[in-house]
Amino acid sequence: MNIQTLLSTLGGGVLIGSAACGLLYFNGRLAGISNLLTGLMPPGTGDMPWRFAFVLGLLAAGMLLLAVYPQAFGAAPRPLWVLGFGGFLVGLGAQISNGCTSGHGVCGLGRRSLRSLVATLTFMGTGMATVFLFNRLNGG
Amino acid sequence: MPIVSAFLWGLIFALGLGLAGMTRPEKILGFLDIGGNWDPSLMLVMGGAVGLTFILFPRILRRGRPVLGDRFDLPVRKYVDGRLVGGAGLFGIGWGLSGYCPGPAVVSLVTADAGVWVFLACMFGGLAAGRWLNARQAVRLATLDTAAIEAVQLPGSADGT
Repeated sequence: MNIQTLLSTLGGGVLIGSAACGLLYFNGRLAGISNLLTGLMPPGTGDMPWRFAFVLGLLAAGMLLLAVYPQAFGAAPRPLWVLGFGGFLVGLGAQISNGCTSGHGVCGLGRRSLRSLVATLTFMGTGMATVFLFNRLNGG
Repeated sequence: MPIVSAFLWGLIFALGLGLAGMTRPEKILGFLDIGGNWDPSLMLVMGGAVGLTFILFPRILRRGRPVLGDRFDLPVRKYVDGRLVGGAGLFGIGWGLSGYCPGPAVVSLVTADAGVWVFLACMFGGLAAGRWLNARQAVRLATLDTAAIEAVQLPGSADGT
């Protein structure tokens, strides 16, 4: 790990944390992406405008990154059906446990929530076990 | 104003994801690969993000209300149960299979990569399926509660009949 990687990952983390704090301070909302997206699915909730605005911000940043820092992106080294199956489990799991990496990991830990600590340790653990098994099965 | 604020914090959030490397599935999979070629640098992302929220969230919540709103909208659940652990477990398996979690996947939509579109389409399917399961569970619990209340009331003829 070189110094540049170190600084960009730490800097990225600080930006993520700042955004979560800013959204809570100004809007009173938690930056949990899966819950935010669920509220946009039909029939929707009464607070669609800020949700849409946040997602538009995400996409605007995506376009900005694509223009000035395209190396931020890379395709997943997985076949499409694995990405589809993974996506389904990510959605299902986030909904059942009421949060994802941002909701439980960033915001929940900030709120000192025991639920979020348990969720974060659990998905880190099963994620690591999955990568381990996937690589073994693929002769890695 | 709340709309502009939400847009700006979404923008900053996603710039952070991009700078941190969260939008590169290869890097996520390297971070999860503790048994192989482990890339621990993403620990710094969590360190930087949680370090800030851990220090600032309690101070922000002490205000009583947000700057641009009437109240803080926070989850009320406190208990740890099978749904929390089971759901988080499934989430981790999907994360480990794909290298994407919801935020970075949305940001990566702009790359028009077929993989991320398939991931997101199926993720919304999973969110919908989970919502349906949660609703069913809620109905079942409500039914159980009603049955329990009736069982308690019947022998004592609580309504005087």
